[in-house]
Amino acid sequence: MPVVDLAVSRVRELNKALHQLPRNTNETHWTVQNPAGQHSIAVGIDAPIEVMIEGHVGYYCAGMNKDAQITISGNAGVGLAENMMSGVVRLAGDASQAAGATGRGGLLIIEGNASARCGISMKGIDIVVKGSIGPMSAFMAQTGNLVVLGDAGEALGDSIYEARLFVRGEVKSLGADCEEKPLGSEERAILAGLLDRAGVDVPADSFRLFGSARRLYHFHVDNAY
Amino acid sequence: MSESPPTTPRTPPRFSATFDPYTIAQIQRAAATGIYDIRGGGAKRALPHFDDLLFLGASMSRYPLEGYREKCGTEVVLGARFASKPITLRTPVTIAGMSFGALSGPAKEALGRGASAVGTSTTTGDGGMTVEERGHSKTLVYQYLPSRYGMNPDDLRKADAIEVVVGQGAKPGGGGMLLGQKISARVAAMRDLPEGIDQRSACRHPDWTGPDDLEIKIGELREITDWEKPIYVKIGASRPYYDTALAAKAGADVVVVDGMQGGTAATQEVFIENVGIPTLACIRQAVQALQDLGLHRKVQLIVSGGIRTGADVAKALALGADAVAIGTAALIALGDNNPALEDEYRKLGTTAGAYDDWQDGRDPAGITTQDPELASRLDPVKAGHRLANYLSVLTLEAQTIARACGKSHVHNLEPEDLVALTIEAAAMARVPLAGTDWIPGHPGTSF
Repeated sequence: MPVVDLAVSRVRELNKALHQLPRNTNETHWTVQNPAGQHSIAVGIDAPIEVMIEGHVGYYCAGMNKDAQITISGNAGVGLAENMMSGVVRLAGDASQAAGATGRGGLLIIEGNASARCGISMKGIDIVVKGSIGPMSAFMAQTGNLVVLGDAGEALGDSIYEARLFVRGEVKSLGADCEEKPLGSEERAILAGLLDRAGVDVPADSFRLFGSARRLYHFHVDNAY
Repeated sequence: MSESPPTTPRTPPRFSATFDPYTIAQIQRAAATGIYDIRGGGAKRALPHFDDLLFLGASMSRYPLEGYREKCGTEVVLGARFASKPITLRTPVTIAGMSFGALSGPAKEALGRGASAVGTSTTTGDGGMTVEERGHSKTLVYQYLPSRYGMNPDDLRKADAIEVVVGQGAKPGGGGMLLGQKISARVAAMRDLPEGIDQRSACRHPDWTGPDDLEIKIGELREITDWEKPIYVKIGASRPYYDTALAAKAGADVVVVDGMQGGTAATQEVFIENVGIPTLACIRQAVQALQDLGLHRKVQLIVSGGIRTGADVAKALALGADAVAIGTAALIALGDNNPALEDEYRKLGTTAGAYDDWQDGRDPAGITTQDPELASRLDPVKAGHRLANYLSVLTLEAQTIARACGKSHVHNLEPEDLVALTIEAAAMARVPLAGTDWIPGHPGTSF
């Protein structure tokens, strides 16, 4: 079980070692110590391994992750799990801006709060935030699901496409072309599945669903903001 | 005897210079539709350009090289600052980023074929990497855009270089557009979007703001690709001195500066014609920024926007660029605006040479379309051959001029080899007005 101490090794050495792992590696459990807020830790992994990061991370931790299960015990800087493809990233603390940005798959679980632009331009990722999210979250969100147990800040889902936004708390305001939608059985099933995977025991019916009004799908003068 | 009365002299109808016929037509179109005009291409207005510069060939004080036999190098290495695998091109003329979506699959294939034949690179665009382009491009630059359509680490690693796009010359500060007619099932799938909608690409990156963040973002891209790939930063020309300096400071291996003549697949006419600065105006500013940082020739500069001839290539290089990129000219070489298609252009309400409705997807040449029938008209092998021919001519023309100036490599061309025909061009290019030692705005300089 490899242990990499970033007080001794460089992030570049860690990432290179992770990239060189074959998909059938038997080095499946990695521990990263003393991350100390450094950037780009454990980015670009392409193997079904588990990585435990003990501490706080800087920008873009777990970026473009494929298949790995990455757990971070502290807080995370900007762009946590950006453009994630698959796997699971779990953050114990709070996330800064743009968590899960442009993510295309996998599950991002944030135990604390997420700042502005959480799930911006998301393209298929599932995100569960147990706390609240900041303004402009899910801006131009294309597909995937964003689940928020707390509150959502201003302009939620501005210019949204087909992503689903489930919010249990208050929504300060909706962005352009975002509207509340009925929570049907299909959406309830999706939500229940995500809550279960995130280890959350609350009823799906306690959430409201938001999505695209699809008024901006075709350019028209009456749609100009 | 009676005389016929003299005819009263009359003045002919006079059009206003302010409200000229085109402007009147614009007003009438706006009044009828209530929405702005969208088109493809770059700025069409007359601008100070490379035509306003001339080379000073060798004579008594300079020795020329023999036109055919003496060597005049054209190769260029891009990305040696930080990348462990910089790329080497045989010609300093590259193909600019143009998306699959904006262009058809055969057009992307043809670009790859033509560029590879002469040893240069192509660039993806706002829509991800296609099999056609990767398969036929020996050297492929993968654009990293605000939209991140189709972005994935596998394609990132397949690329030979990565270009972080901050903006483009046709619309600095603007995002992309692709109208629903061109959002086919394949394009929609690559972009994770519903089929047939008018698609808007973001105008700013989702997970970084400003040059300090960009430095960290570039660091992430380098980490994901194990520091192998050259990383370009592309900016639309508006404040090229500061933008180039900030891009270099952020860690770019290569800076791409795109002037307002650079084309777009679809943007508002008012944006194309009124935002940004001409290509000629940005080169010396960008070079100055790199020189002030001690990075000229260490961070390579690629210039694009209105490059048409080998003379344009040579002039851009003489002003300090390391390479140029072509987009519109490459499409013309493939077959865009071909007079042989005049009947079909007329049916679309335009004429060969003026066709710019690239956003509509009805291109009779099969280039700017996603219609299978229209796209099938473009033979990628023949079109690629035409592009290769054109790229070869650009290279030969640049060499011809370089030899005449006594240079054994096109990169040895320098501002001292140039003069300007107009005060505006002299000021922008910072070379003397022809026949004088006057560089407007730069007193004290002389030839």
